[in-house]
Amino acid sequence: MKQPLVKIKGIYKDYQLPKKFLFQKAPVFRALHGINLELHHGTSFGIVGESGCGKSTLARIVMALDEPTSGTVFFDGQDLFNMPAAKLKHLRRNFQMVFQDPYGSLNPRKNILGIVAEPLDTLKEKLSFAQKKERVAKILTEVGLNATDTDKFPHEFSGGQRQRIAIARALITRPSLIVADESVSALDVSVQAQVLNLMMDLQEKYNLTYMFISHDLSVVEYVTDQVAVIYMGKIVEQGTTKTLFHGPLHPYTQTLLRAVPDVNPLNKKQKNKPVIPLFKKTDMSCPFIDRCHKATKTCVDNAPELLGNDGHLVACFNAE
Amino acid sequence: MALLQVQDLCVTLNTAHGPQEVISHINFSMEAGDKMGIVGESGCGKSITALALMSLLPRDSQTRGKIILEGRDILKLNSNKICSIRGNRIGMIFQEPMTALNPVKQIGAQVSESIYLHLKLTRKQTLERVSELMDKVGLPVSKFGLNLYPHQLSGGQRQRVMIAMAIACNPEILIADEPTTALDVTVQEQILDLIRDLADSSGMALIIISHDLGVIAQTAENVMVMYTGQSVEMGSTMDVFQNMSHPYTYGLFSAIPHVGSSVQLDRKRLNSIPGQVPELHLRPRGCNFADRCSRALKICKDKEPMATRVADHHQVWCYHPLTCEDKK
Ligand SMILES: Nc1ncnc2c1ncn2[C@@H]1O[C@H](COP(=O)(O)OP(=O)(O)OP(=O)(O)O)[C@@H](O)[C@H]1O
Ligand SMILES: Nc1ncnc2c1ncn2[C@@H]1O[C@H](COP(=O)(O)OP(=O)(O)OP(=O)(O)O)[C@@H](O)[C@H]1O
Ligand code: SF4
Ligand code: SF4
Ligand SMILES: [Mg+2]
Ligand SMILES: [Mg+2]
Repeated sequence: MKQPLVKIKGIYKDYQLPKKFLFQKAPVFRALHGINLELHHGTSFGIVGESGCGKSTLARIVMALDEPTSGTVFFDGQDLFNMPAAKLKHLRRNFQMVFQDPYGSLNPRKNILGIVAEPLDTLKEKLSFAQKKERVAKILTEVGLNATDTDKFPHEFSGGQRQRIAIARALITRPSLIVADESVSALDVSVQAQVLNLMMDLQEKYNLTYMFISHDLSVVEYVTDQVAVIYMGKIVEQGTTKTLFHGPLHPYTQTLLRAVPDVNPLNKKQKNKPVIPLFKKTDMSCPFIDRCHKATKTCVDNAPELLGNDGHLVACFNAE
Repeated sequence: MALLQVQDLCVTLNTAHGPQEVISHINFSMEAGDKMGIVGESGCGKSITALALMSLLPRDSQTRGKIILEGRDILKLNSNKICSIRGNRIGMIFQEPMTALNPVKQIGAQVSESIYLHLKLTRKQTLERVSELMDKVGLPVSKFGLNLYPHQLSGGQRQRVMIAMAIACNPEILIADEPTTALDVTVQEQILDLIRDLADSSGMALIIISHDLGVIAQTAENVMVMYTGQSVEMGSTMDVFQNMSHPYTYGLFSAIPHVGSSVQLDRKRLNSIPGQVPELHLRPRGCNFADRCSRALKICKDKEPMATRVADHHQVWCYHPLTCEDKK
């Protein structure tokens, strides 16, 4: 098989929390806990999990915006956290991020030309103003905006249009990887559909690789080929989108999928029952033990490893 | 007599482009125990409708029409009388729990305040009522106590506190404005179950507002679909969601990816509705959806459509509604 575009290897991320007492050792919060993933050319990888599980932390590390505590990321075989700063700067043109908030992520004082052209500064070759303007105009039409929009400011656009601007900015350096962190979450469904269609068209056209983060499971099912479910900084299940959505094995994945309200009022699906924790959680336990309806004694003293075959991996002793 | 009748409700607000009618000719009625959903995209007027029912609109707004609660038009009441209805007879859970709760006040004090205000209870009785309420919303005092501050609670727990405050005086109507939008799906499921159970066990009428069609499908028996401040389709959730007639409702449904899409052989492109919602001051003369509608007729651009009946209690505001054949 071809070398993956992105190889995420053994990522741990600890955050230092503020000290409560002057001479105390600063407490540490472990946001990511040994993450391994491979993203292949031209495919979409979905990351799902509840708020605070570490999705954005992982995204920032893949984008080399933040350093892991240990582990590393290989982009096209090159170790992002073990290379000279100048080289990383030039490599950045190949991976770009689209953020969640179509209002907050665009500088309100810059015009569209300034916003979209910004990543061009990381390129080796220096472009003239006219060249920049031409590149921006071209990319704007590609994302469905007008070439003449370059002089406008973000507030003159609707939410969906702003997200198109953010996508245009991400695409202008012709990257191979786009990390989309909740990029469509703030949009209305009719606008969301426009932006998702655009993202899928662009993927086909440029063989883009997406890392697609969303809390909306139906959107993730729709756009991705592979998916990983994260719970408290650990991958608990991973596989092709099809197998994972149709035969989820981990109790947490099953809980998540059951919780999505169906748009068909006739479909009263089996609901999650409240779980009364039977076992006391320790540092050794499976992280899901206090919310799991399948927990047994084994899960108290051991945390399950992520295992499986045919690419469907699950971290649970009682998976079925 | 209906518990609540909303007749021809119109609300005009002062905007950057001058006074604009943001709610136009809304009509619905509810009996005790009814569960009604209001669904539509951002800015369509869901929250303003709720705020009108609570008499909480900005001072410089104008409201026309009638809001008849048990035979009395609350738009005609003086502010004292309105205060005794708000919170007491109609309770509301707001869209953003963090802004609706007081960040520097303990949760126990916030819940008891809403009781003090309306029920004339002694201190001891108030405490008993608070503890009863906290049990009901799943934050038993024995486990959580009453002296936590909002920031010490999770999003779901904060929403539970809000619910406790909203139902403190046993209101006849509970309005829940996007009660779960900021929450994870698993927490959303718990909160929706709680709201549904409270409504079922007390006979409270429920108005649930959401942009999420799934949330409405699973909680409301009747639904009103709104677009640019107007109702475009209304009826039982079963009828409207299974047999939608308005091109906008149909557009909404075909724009959402369905769970199960990954097994389909060819993943079709999502059907997006072309264009965007017109700004308030740029709404067309006829049907507000006309510029985006593939079924538009000539008349659509000239004259606003009136309500037509699709089935018993199923109405649509459209000159050229979809039929069963159209949806195949
Ligand atoms: N700079 C920081 N210092 C300390 N803790 C942090 C920091 N950034 C994130 N965290 C914590 O790390 C955890 C993971 O955060 P992250 O933002 O990755 O979550 P997320 O999965 O993206 O959540 P959401 O869905 O809410 O965006 C959270 O518990 C968060 O509080
Ligand atoms: N205080 C205000 N002054 C002027 N215009 C307002 C005010 N509040 C709301 N509006 C406008 O009234 C319209 C309806 O707003 P409303 O808050 O009811 O929308 P909504 O359906 O609740 O949307 P969302 O899903 O985003 O909460 C919008 O066009 C909004 O811009
Ligand atoms: S390992 Fe045990 S506690 Fe953890 S998810 Fe599996 S059954 Fe539940
Ligand atoms: S009235 Fe006309 S323009 Fe409006 S939704 Fe119906 S067909 Fe479309
Ligand atoms: Mg995040
Ligand atoms: Mg609202």
